[in-house]
Amino acid sequence: MHDAPSQKEMITAVKAFIDETAMPSLTGHAAFHARVASNVLATVLRELDIRPSAEAAERQRLAALLNADSTASARDLNEQLCTLLQRGDMDLTTPGLLEHLKTTTIDQLSVDQPGYSGLQTD
Amino acid sequence: MGVPRNCDKMGSQDQILKGLQAWAGQFYGADATVERLVRLSGGASQETWSLDVEQGGKVVDLILRRVPGGVSVARNSEAIGLGTEAKLLSCAEGEVPAPKVVQVFEPDSDIGEAFLMNRIPGQTIARKILRDDIYSAARGRLTEQCGQALAAIHQIPPEALPDLPKSGGLDQLAKYETIYRDFNLPRPAFELAIAWLKSNRPDAVPPVLVHGDFRLGNLIVDETGLAAVLDWELAHLGDPREDIAWLCVNSWRFGYSKNRVGGFGDLDELLKTYQTAGGRTFSTEEIDWWEILGSLKWGIMCMIMYEAFRSGADPSVERAAIGRRVSETEIDLINLLEKRA
Repeated sequence: MHDAPSQKEMITAVKAFIDETAMPSLTGHAAFHARVASNVLATVLRELDIRPSAEAAERQRLAALLNADSTASARDLNEQLCTLLQRGDMDLTTPGLLEHLKTTTIDQLSVDQPGYSGLQTD
Repeated sequence: MGVPRNCDKMGSQDQILKGLQAWAGQFYGADATVERLVRLSGGASQETWSLDVEQGGKVVDLILRRVPGGVSVARNSEAIGLGTEAKLLSCAEGEVPAPKVVQVFEPDSDIGEAFLMNRIPGQTIARKILRDDIYSAARGRLTEQCGQALAAIHQIPPEALPDLPKSGGLDQLAKYETIYRDFNLPRPAFELAIAWLKSNRPDAVPPVLVHGDFRLGNLIVDETGLAAVLDWELAHLGDPREDIAWLCVNSWRFGYSKNRVGGFGDLDELLKTYQTAGGRTFSTEEIDWWEILGSLKWGIMCMIMYEAFRSGADPSVERAAIGRRVSETEIDLINLLEKRA
């Protein structure tokens, strides 16, 4: 299949249209939603860059933490982790757990909300 | 709830204006006129309108709070009705800075279910209050004033209050856990927080009136500080620490994370002024449990808003986007739990 324009190029073009053409001609609620739409496309662009390697690393950490098959999906491994946490088989004292959750959440935020104040460490 | 008797004639600005004009003529005199009726916000829960009544050269600034369309329908199960909200404002009068209720309209009135209160000048936008120079003196006083206001709310005698839902910390934990599990979107940080909250339950204290949403955005602040406490629709009987901790939840520090109280203050100072004003003595450590619960609740509320998109109930881009704010509460939970590891 062709990729000219690529996903990133197409999203970048739509985002530029919203930012430079649509948004300035809108007011009130529509202008607000245009800004949200532009932010969503920025999130998609960050995700295209970040998710592949971040999710692969997450799966490796999860497989190690759970002593599980690293070919399982991140969703399956996270479900297993959730079950263990719910049953109390893992908790705050589990070695590596907090570090894993923190790394995963920081990666997630670098896609979702890279400016979020909670990312700053004291 | 009930059958909307006046459904067909409610909703338009002209009809509300007509109803208000008729009321003003009776309340202030035949020469009173309603001017500058403007819709301020259109939430899913309640409408807010601003209006002025002019009579004999005098102007009265008012706010109308109204059930959307004038008719109650199934709404947020936690929210109290407008009539109860008006009664609560009357209970708070003289104790807590709050708007004064001028008139309550019954559901079968021409305006629909609504009430009028006086309009208090000031700012509600958190980022302006936290950033703008004109509020620097206000910021210096706000922690003490919030401690006093919370102590006053929590000391309103329960027997003076209208019927309110009862909801303690563990009730809320159970409720939000059920909602989270029904989404079937597993989030390990939430699981860890839920399990930790269950195994570190706080000692019970006698239930008090809890405001339920005491934070910037719901407070009017002027150059001298706290001018009014708004949005009482999540009020309930519960644990006073819930209100104190909700004000500390990082989402309500609006980027000013270093100031644990609302982005402007220090928790030790808040607890001290709260106690001096007659509130119970609490330690900063015991607020942690409630702040963790608060972050978890806000995270699940964001999931609820995203669910409205996922289910097709509200296909707006804004509802979709809010699903990508859940991770903000995950890092807040991890930062809080890390202190307890």
